Amino acid sequence: MAAKGRIVWVSGPAVRADGMSDAKMYETVVVGNSKLVGEVIRLTGDVAFIQVYESTSGLKPGEPVIGTGNPLSVLLGPGIIGQIYDGIQRPLKELSKVSGSFIGKGITTTPVDMTKKYHFVPTVSNGDQVEAGSVIGTVKETDLIENSIMVPPDHPGGKISNMVSEGDYNLETVLATTEKNGQTNSLKMYHRWPVRKPRPYKNRYDPTIPLITGQRVIDTFFPIAKGGTGSIPGAFGTGKTVTLHQIAKWADSQVVVYIGCGERGNEMTEVLVEFPHLKDPRSGKPLMDRTVLVANTSNMPVAAREASIYTGVTIAEYYRDMGKDVVLVADSTSRWAESLREMSGRLEEMPAEEGYPSYLASRLAEFYERAGRVRAIGSPDRDGSVTLVGAVSPSGGDFTEPVTTHTMRFIKTFWALDAKLAYSRHYPSINWMNSYSGYLGDIAKWWGENISQDWLSLRSEAYGVLQREDTLKEIVRLLGPEALPDEEKLILEVARMLKIGLLQQNSFDDVDTYCSPEKQYKLLKLLVEFYRRGQQALKEGALLSDIRAMPIVTTLLKARMDIKDNEMPKLDSLDITMKEQFKAITGVKITN
Amino acid sequence: MTSQGGVQYSKIAEIKGPLVVVDDVENAAFDELVEIETKEGERRLGKVLEVGNGKAIVQVFEGTSGLSISGTSAKFVGKLMEMPVSKEVLGRVFDGLGRPKDGLPDPIADKFIDINGEPMNPEQREYPKDFIQTGVSVIDGMITLVRGQKLPIFSGSGMSHNILAAQIARQANVVGTKDDFAVVFAAIGVQYSEAEYFRRSLEESGALKRSVLFLNTADDPAIERIITPRVALTVAEYLAFDLGMHVLVILTDMTNYAEALREISAAREEVPGRKGYPGYLYTDLSTIYERAGKLNGRKGSVTQVPILSMPSDDITHPIPDLTGYITEGQVVLGRDLFRQGVYPPINILMSLSRLMKDGIGEGSTRADHSEVSNQVYDAYSRSQEVRALAGIVGKAGLTDIDLKYMEVGDMFEKEFLTQVTDENRTIEETLNLLWKIVSKLPKNEITKIKDKYIDQYYQGK
Repeated sequence: MAAKGRIVWVSGPAVRADGMSDAKMYETVVVGNSKLVGEVIRLTGDVAFIQVYESTSGLKPGEPVIGTGNPLSVLLGPGIIGQIYDGIQRPLKELSKVSGSFIGKGITTTPVDMTKKYHFVPTVSNGDQVEAGSVIGTVKETDLIENSIMVPPDHPGGKISNMVSEGDYNLETVLATTEKNGQTNSLKMYHRWPVRKPRPYKNRYDPTIPLITGQRVIDTFFPIAKGGTGSIPGAFGTGKTVTLHQIAKWADSQVVVYIGCGERGNEMTEVLVEFPHLKDPRSGKPLMDRTVLVANTSNMPVAAREASIYTGVTIAEYYRDMGKDVVLVADSTSRWAESLREMSGRLEEMPAEEGYPSYLASRLAEFYERAGRVRAIGSPDRDGSVTLVGAVSPSGGDFTEPVTTHTMRFIKTFWALDAKLAYSRHYPSINWMNSYSGYLGDIAKWWGENISQDWLSLRSEAYGVLQREDTLKEIVRLLGPEALPDEEKLILEVARMLKIGLLQQNSFDDVDTYCSPEKQYKLLKLLVEFYRRGQQALKEGALLSDIRAMPIVTTLLKARMDIKDNEMPKLDSLDITMKEQFKAITGVKITN
Repeated sequence: MTSQGGVQYSKIAEIKGPLVVVDDVENAAFDELVEIETKEGERRLGKVLEVGNGKAIVQVFEGTSGLSISGTSAKFVGKLMEMPVSKEVLGRVFDGLGRPKDGLPDPIADKFIDINGEPMNPEQREYPKDFIQTGVSVIDGMITLVRGQKLPIFSGSGMSHNILAAQIARQANVVGTKDDFAVVFAAIGVQYSEAEYFRRSLEESGALKRSVLFLNTADDPAIERIITPRVALTVAEYLAFDLGMHVLVILTDMTNYAEALREISAAREEVPGRKGYPGYLYTDLSTIYERAGKLNGRKGSVTQVPILSMPSDDITHPIPDLTGYITEGQVVLGRDLFRQGVYPPINILMSLSRLMKDGIGEGSTRADHSEVSNQVYDAYSRSQEVRALAGIVGKAGLTDIDLKYMEVGDMFEKEFLTQVTDENRTIEETLNLLWKIVSKLPKNEITKIKDKYIDQYYQGK
């Protein structure tokens, strides 16, 4: 029986209502005369503590609160891709039809168009046995996405009957019925799933396949695996959002869920404006055809910000269960943590560090544990993955604050953004000394098999140069560069080339914005070769100034922008040019 | 509760700091406007922060000094706080709560708008990309402002942020257009002289008649400052989205706003976040800064230039820190440059305009703009490193190329950055100056510019 109560107290997004003894924890409730959506987050006697997902301005004690009996859920079915939702899966486009340019209150809409017809192709027949998770047919959701219609994970399954034939149906059509133990259940194109409950899977795999993002500092130096977790902390202005946009644009996944959680409105608009025009580098189709946006900007109600993370990850799991690779980008988990803090404060809970609730760490852990590469339940066998990338906005850029430190415990790839690099316009400003990736060993095999066997050793050699430079920099700072011997000056020079020619990447340049694994490998190899030959040339008596003055230096620095992905032979020819120029300078020395 | 002429008055139970607790409350709503009346008949305004169990906590904008428990009563007005708006507000001066301060009567209202505004639907926003020429080289060339952007000035006490903001307000225009333009200026707890400087500057340039001023000066009630930016933005949104004007909003000083917010939070005994500021400071600031932008299918725009002074010039202080996370970039003033007498003393390495990339280039400024400004950023950053190094090892320990970078750094500050307060440079002039700087460098140091632009603009050997 649904609870029917009365508001007794209002303070911002927090509401207390009495007469709620029938309410359940995390049940969705309808609050007040303007029918706002809320969720029960504490029960004391018959008083329910409710967080309201919409603005409570004008709400009065005495107004009614009605339970819905259901936990906060999302609707999962074809039509999700390409949408922009708020934190509780209301489509923003539909909201604007009701309330115009600004977001109104108490509007109910369905997340997808229930009347739109999709061409359904059954993959099972009458008499077949299905279980929870089994695929019964497919529809074409967008040009890029084939949506597998699945038996919901909480469905009993059974023997199929009344299967419709291939044809066009809308979401409400009963596609088939199942019989089990004398009970009949129907199957439609959609089902609902509670957002706070991870969707089940059969088993998990080790993450061994890299997620290729086309960003050199990520793929080559600090890679993330499909089904892995990564975090990108940085002070404002360090380029967090641009890096996340780059991952959302170029990652080799089939579906991207982008959560704008308490961030700028214009950033979501940018995605909406840009993605339909950008082409997926693999399929040539618009990126919007694989993207879902969840937008709860900073000035939208704070409680819905808390929900937006769960809404997004549940949608990601839904596409994972179809056997797809999904990347979820959450910008920013710090704002999500702040919404927890705000509700916790209103609940008058005892705060832990910096006012954050003591359950901050466990909530973060629960979220990141929803990543993984898994075998889905049901038949046929499907392997899919959810890769989670969360931005962190540490206050004052201080990585010792609670959200950053707790996040570091639950993720394996850490891309530390550095304000100093950003100030010198080194983008992406991922600091190579403070970042790490726990997947390097797992995915080295993939690079070895698909690109080249010496990838890992080249990467280590290049990284070694960067590490040496870091120590040498201290000496230079005290004594000036002239105090170093030529061998060490060469290290400084090569480190500079690695930084400009490899680590830096201009996301606004048409060529440089995406770098294929092959091009990444070749650039890396050229620069490492330069270092090896430089060492050799010095041994043979060449002058460092001659090495610096070789025209190939500038060519190598600009190769990332000048040479396109489909012009690999040009990169190969640079190696020959380099060899000749080295020969020339050592030769000159000998004739002297 | 007493009743006079059909209006319900409630008793005051407690007064603490800027808050009063009202007893015997029936039928009050969250966020509702409240009128407090003293024994002497003085009226003050407030709003409901919390309501329930027969009590309401009310924040009094004009402060509680002089209020007593006996004899003071509260009236719940039955609506949210609204600002009357019409085209007549142009050229007017209001106080921090939006009441006329120029001795003229209330403007005849076209409509009344809730000052809190509603969040813009991100799906309905239009992505800002119209370049605004401010005539200030360093902004136009390196930290480009576009229509609908929110770009704050991070300053410190005593620095020339007001002169800069006033120069932007006087000179800002979109090249080649004659659109309706308006300035909304909100003084939030600043000294009278600073507010007066702005007014005079607008008057002298003839811009006053298309400006609206909201003045809460340092001697005005502190809690009023919670309202001042909101009434200003309500008017700005009306001018932009109802009347189709391009509105530049200057809010100064947001640090005073945040301090007023902290005062209320402390009085409510809330768990504080960093430096005693409430945990919701980010969310609260966003409800101000996010009220900038453009909307699909509407002509006008709201561009915000908030000014804040960083306490002890510390950019990691919660106010600049959280502001930077919300705004689309920041213009940071540097104490060193200011001491050297450089105007505008903008530290470009710490400054950034996030919307620059879409506002510049072919069709708006020039195709080479992005690359040449990147190269100058890079060179200036190098020059700063070299300067630091020269401080230790002396000029003799530097290489030739290091010395070249030092020259470039000096040239940047003397010829490009430095500008007089009424100098209005075109974007062409600004870009040519950038090339003059780049041309000081040997060609093989230029790694961020494509060869075709080097061929076209490079003047060095």
